Amino acid sequence: MNKLERDLINNMQGGFPICAHPFQVLAERLGYDEQTVIDGVKRLIADGYVSRFGPLYNTERLGGAVTLAAIAVPPDRFDEVAEQVNACEEVAHNYAREDVLNMWFVILAEDEEALQDVIKRIENTTGLGVLSFPKEQEYFLELHLEVPEK
Amino acid sequence: MISFLNQPELPELDEIDHALIRATQTGLPLSPTPYGDIALGLGLGPDEVEQRLQRLLDVGVIRRIGIIPNHYRLGYRANGMSVWDIDDKTVDAMGEMIGKLDFVSHCYRRPRHLPDWPFNLFAMVHGTTRETVESKVEDIRNRLGGNVRDHRILYSNRILKKTGLRWRKSGEKKCCG
Repeated sequence: MNKLERDLINNMQGGFPICAHPFQVLAERLGYDEQTVIDGVKRLIADGYVSRFGPLYNTERLGGAVTLAAIAVPPDRFDEVAEQVNACEEVAHNYAREDVLNMWFVILAEDEEALQDVIKRIENTTGLGVLSFPKEQEYFLELHLEVPEK
Repeated sequence: MISFLNQPELPELDEIDHALIRATQTGLPLSPTPYGDIALGLGLGPDEVEQRLQRLLDVGVIRRIGIIPNHYRLGYRANGMSVWDIDDKTVDAMGEMIGKLDFVSHCYRRPRHLPDWPFNLFAMVHGTTRETVESKVEDIRNRLGGNVRDHRILYSNRILKKTGLRWRKSGEKKCCG
């Protein structure tokens, strides 16, 4: 990764200007020209360093209901259960983790009732209990990931 | 960042806001005038798009605008969800402190599920190796001091699914299962 790409990753994780020519404003701030910054972001996306560019929406503030849920899946059923859980459109992310609770996923639903419905449906489909860990308080200030030193 | 969780009232969104959210939730165009391009697609004036997005940002519907980095591709191969059992009386103060650490990407208070799951504070720690994650978690432990009753790190070893937000209005919902 070159200096331009590092600068973009370290400076573009928030605060992208809202104005007619935002890349121009940002480019001046970082000491590049506009097209260089636009091409740099395109390359970062093409190379997979950046998954997306744009607004990050807060589902709860849109009126939706969200939870982090976990299942203790018997190891010999892991792939089958992963398939069943992932088949739910409301399941946004799903991670295998090394613990007795070995499957952790985020459910996004239209409202609280729909969320409980999804949980029940997953329990019925898999025959396993789903533990729900809805956010009660949020402490993070801002996500700022530095490109690691080599 | 201000937490909006304790504000039960949701901002009012009209049809144009919904259209704008749908048009931007997967990303902005990589052009010199991304907001102007969105405006054109929706038949709105560019000023209106900018004003509406600014308002959505101000009321917390948008967390931030920018790039979403791919941790794994950037070299942060180790992803540890550290979970902590902290006294209910001090958990908020501890959460505020841990959430400010630059190596913690998310920090939340979540319910316990006793007796098996005593942990009520979750802090996501990313590192290039498990050793770096462990030393960062040790740093958190030291900062929490006597407030910690128990803790654990749950490493992810596989991403099973990852999709962005695909938010729809009421009535557009599809079912799973």
